[in-house]
Amino acid sequence: MAQVSLRKIVKAYEGGVQAVKGIDLEIDDHEFVVLVGPSGCGKSTTLRMIAGLEEITGGDIAIGGTIVNDIPPRDRDIAMVFQNYALYPHMSVYENMAFGLTLRKFPKAEIDTRVKAAAEILDITPLLDRKPKALSGGQRQRVAMGRAIVRNPKVFLFDEPLSNLDAKLRVQMRTEIKKVHQRVKTTTIYVTHDQVEAMTLADRVVVMNHGIIEQVGPPQELYHSPATKFVAGFIGSPAMNFIPARLEQASGALVLALPDGIRLNVPEARSARYAAHAGREVLFGIRPEHLTDDKPTDKANPAPLTLTPEVIEPMGMETLAHFRLDGAEISARLDPATPAEVGVPLRLIAHMDQMHLIDPTTDKVL
Amino acid sequence: MSATAANRDLPGIYHKAGSLRAERRWAMWTAYASLIVAAVIFMAPPFYMLVTSLKTSGEIAGMAGNPWIVREPTLENYWAIIENPLFRGFMLNSIIITACVVAVTMVISILAAFALARMRFWGSQMLATGVFLTYLVPDTLLFIPLYQIVGGLGLLNSIWGLVLVYPTLTVPFCTWIMIGYFASIPKELDEAALIDGATWPQMLLKIFIPVALPGIIAATIFAFTVSWAAFVYPTAFVTTPDQMPLTIGVVSQLVRADTFAWGQIMAGALMAALPPVIIYAFLMDYYIAGLTAGATKG
Repeated sequence: MAQVSLRKIVKAYEGGVQAVKGIDLEIDDHEFVVLVGPSGCGKSTTLRMIAGLEEITGGDIAIGGTIVNDIPPRDRDIAMVFQNYALYPHMSVYENMAFGLTLRKFPKAEIDTRVKAAAEILDITPLLDRKPKALSGGQRQRVAMGRAIVRNPKVFLFDEPLSNLDAKLRVQMRTEIKKVHQRVKTTTIYVTHDQVEAMTLADRVVVMNHGIIEQVGPPQELYHSPATKFVAGFIGSPAMNFIPARLEQASGALVLALPDGIRLNVPEARSARYAAHAGREVLFGIRPEHLTDDKPTDKANPAPLTLTPEVIEPMGMETLAHFRLDGAEISARLDPATPAEVGVPLRLIAHMDQMHLIDPTTDKVL
Repeated sequence: MSATAANRDLPGIYHKAGSLRAERRWAMWTAYASLIVAAVIFMAPPFYMLVTSLKTSGEIAGMAGNPWIVREPTLENYWAIIENPLFRGFMLNSIIITACVVAVTMVISILAAFALARMRFWGSQMLATGVFLTYLVPDTLLFIPLYQIVGGLGLLNSIWGLVLVYPTLTVPFCTWIMIGYFASIPKELDEAALIDGATWPQMLLKIFIPVALPGIIAATIFAFTVSWAAFVYPTAFVTTPDQMPLTIGVVSQLVRADTFAWGQIMAGALMAALPPVIIYAFLMDYYIAGLTAGATKG
């Protein structure tokens, strides 16, 4: 077990395309870090560079205090779980899990103990004699994890391990991975494009976009205090609403002027923070869950507005309503009991203590 | 019947005439007819060989009667050829040559294919194409320069000369089959092995060879067939009976002046053809799986 440090890591391909543009990241011992971002953001490339499967164009990678830039994967003391499992098809589950230890010339008894212990943790003891093709997707994924666990490496690397599973199994395996980490406590770096996976698993989430790190932080921090428009829009589902607005000073208080003459009062607690931007064009960011139907609320600073739904999506536990305001798509989460109808104006409440303002020129959250 | 018949009669529903079964039946008949024609064309020569090999010399020479029918079947040709020390020598030569050629071919082509399919290095694509191009040069052309080479090495009229030159026929195609097969193995498998601690040779021995076994068997059968049946090279490079393999031994040494021992020639040729037939019969499924691997796997 060990810390992992990335310092100014660059990956450039022939022709000068930069997949990773000089990222810095410190991962603590025992920490579970998730790299998340849209496809092509450089997250998998970063993971593969840590594994030693891709060469580093620039910068240093250190595992446990040792710089491993030029060390082959087998000597980095890491284990990796692949998206398509990558089990050896001609070996039984037992042999698959034992392979790494056999190559490292561990004594047979030691291998046996470790494989059986890992099989116990993952609940695959009855499958040890089977070949991979006789296993379901979820079982294969467990075996792939077992192969990583038996090695007892310094770092676990997961490359989109749940992407090939169906939705229900994915949720189940997500819990499973979390349980395993709570028991085994190995430093883990996990790559996914699914922000829900990132939020539920991570101690810290690293949001990447276009080869750079947008923000690093615990899930709650990313949700409540995103640093950039990208993070604000990427974390949370449905995504945050962005409405073009103008921040105005009116009789000592700040007011957001939205299209269609909608005016929302900015809470006093935010006045100092936003005062310098008064009179400027901004993007008003508010999550659908903070834009609800008009009913008594205990949350501070409710601001009313009236919009006309274009689409209503009943989900059971809630109803999503979609609106359009001067070209901006807006969603709100309604109580399922609310009688919302397409085309009938609906009075909503914006919970302004959860608002965000974004500078449209820099895309930074103010 | 009642349900569908009733539905057909419903107003507004038009039932378009046609029969999937009739179409399928027609396809089956066509397939059977063409397969039977092909089978007859290909089986006629070996059948004629079998018939001839079971006849006495007198019966073969006799012009009367239908030549496709044996009147007095006899195994005397087979006994004669089995007891002929020359034939035993040919058989032994063929076995030695083929075993060596198959071994040499498989070692070279597995190593070459592994390198060309997996270790990306400068020019590997061009080399892979080049390997296949060499297969397109026919042996009827190649034996002329090879004669110089084999002669220069002092291996003319020796089975070891043949062991040296046969791989020019087998290695390119076997390498090509193996490249296709290795390329169909997912990249993550070698990455997993690399992380698990395997070196390149370990990866080849413990992962690639077992996983690609059907392809290796297909390539082995090919190498076996080519070297067992090779005709041009031994004709060109071997002159004395003690160094001859079956293919040329049977046709050249069982002829005394202008007397053709047709019964023995046919019996010898049939027995020479037996090993490939047996091997195909047992390994056919592997052979087909190997040849079509690249086509179906992602």
